[in-house]
Amino acid sequence: MLKVDNIDVFYGGNIQALKGVSLEVNEGEIVTLIGANGAGKTTLLKTLSGLLKPKKGTIEYLGKSIGGKAAQGIVKSGISQVPEGRRVFSNMSVEENLELGAYLRKDRDGIKKDLQRVYALFPRLLERSKQSAGTLSGGEQQMLAMGRAIMAKPKLLLLDEPSMGLAPIMVQTIFSIIKEINEEGTTILLVEQNAHMALSIAQRAYVIETGKVVLSGDAKELQESDEVRAAYLGGL
Amino acid sequence: MEWLQQLINGISIGSIYALIALGYTMVYGIIKLINFAHGDVFMIGAFVGFYGLTHWHIGFIPSLLVAMIICSILGVLIERLAYKRLRNATRIAALITAIGVSLLIEYTTIFIRGAQPEAYPSDAIFSKTFTVFGTQITSETIVILATTIILMLLLQFIVHKTKIGKAMRAVSHDMEAAKLMGINVDNTISATFAIGSALAGAAGVIFGVYYTKIDPLMGIIPGVKAFIAAVLGGIGSIPGAMTGGMLLGVVETIVSAVGFSTWRDAAAFVILILILIFKPAGIFGKNTREKV
Repeated sequence: MLKVDNIDVFYGGNIQALKGVSLEVNEGEIVTLIGANGAGKTTLLKTLSGLLKPKKGTIEYLGKSIGGKAAQGIVKSGISQVPEGRRVFSNMSVEENLELGAYLRKDRDGIKKDLQRVYALFPRLLERSKQSAGTLSGGEQQMLAMGRAIMAKPKLLLLDEPSMGLAPIMVQTIFSIIKEINEEGTTILLVEQNAHMALSIAQRAYVIETGKVVLSGDAKELQESDEVRAAYLGGL
Repeated sequence: MEWLQQLINGISIGSIYALIALGYTMVYGIIKLINFAHGDVFMIGAFVGFYGLTHWHIGFIPSLLVAMIICSILGVLIERLAYKRLRNATRIAALITAIGVSLLIEYTTIFIRGAQPEAYPSDAIFSKTFTVFGTQITSETIVILATTIILMLLLQFIVHKTKIGKAMRAVSHDMEAAKLMGINVDNTISATFAIGSALAGAAGVIFGVYYTKIDPLMGIIPGVKAFIAAVLGGIGSIPGAMTGGMLLGVVETIVSAVGFSTWRDAAAFVILILILIFKPAGIFGKNTREKV
């Protein structure tokens, strides 16, 4: 479904954030990309969403090249992102945030149906639909950011550190919802620092270090591997 | 009923400030630029209205609409040609460019038609004076207030109820997140310039009807005062620009009424200094915390 081949991405002109990164996501999968702070995880997602342009290499999605395409076109083609730090529009209501998620869609009935679907996934958002998004708790904002991305009706959902700054119980909730979204037919690329949680729901995983993919493979196997355990799972 | 009279005068001039201030505040809200050429867009609006009334003889409302359309096109052109490529430049570079654009518009106007002033015809709109509770209200005042109120209601509707309005609010809050929604940021910024400039154009025509005399440098002082009004209300805030404009107009009128009319312009700057010292975020301003 998504095929990233050997891309180089630079930040601010001269700082190379990604060095020859390649990865693949197949339809229906949950694939996770784990790595420490500053490894290049967010850079990769920004590049996939069209916020950054690769200097070298190709990105193929559903057989078409999307490397360097503008963000608008990428959302339209069915890739939406839940950005790091949620980035909800805190000056607007919960419902307005969700409507903005469907910004490019024209099918009014479909939008209405998906709004009901989001409220079913996140009943908390329905309770607070008229409230300003800035008044929500961190976990609720994460739900809103996810709901907003779902409103675009993506085929591929990119999630950037959904567990960041959340209480363990909320992390559990969020991850079980990610699984649910996947089971309903959305392919997921999950970027995480919380390697333990990410590996437990993913089928395959990539490990990224200072801009390079250093390990990849079956999520269960990586969870067992000594290198990953030492570096990301606290050597358990 | 002297004070009521002054209040009405203050609100009339305040309406003009408020309409101009809206453009400042909307543009600032979305690209964090103080568009110092905005006062000159207001001047162009006044001249287009003047030609509409005296040369094309199309009447007040069509002249107002034509002025708004031409100003919105001008606003979009300014943004596309001068500011767009500076979006990632330092703020000072954009600010200096804005001053350059301002001078360019002023002196291009002088080059084309000369520096001599013009006078709006006294029969621009039907002239009649009403007496309400012993207060004289002219038909000009009523037209100014009605136009301002209609435009502000329209603006509120656009910003809160339409798709482009929601896109504008999203972009002004977080440009990158707005892109992730599939919002076309360039078009949204252009729409903001178009709407803000149309309001300035309307203010120009209203100014002409109210004060009669217009000239190519007329945009400077109202432009600066509208900027003060926007800061007073809290720059970036639409209700703030409306309130700030009205408040500034009323304060100026009061200062004149109590016999300090030569200090009228200074009053605006004193307000600016006070607001910057005691409440830099303005009346409706958010206390922005730098996120770490």
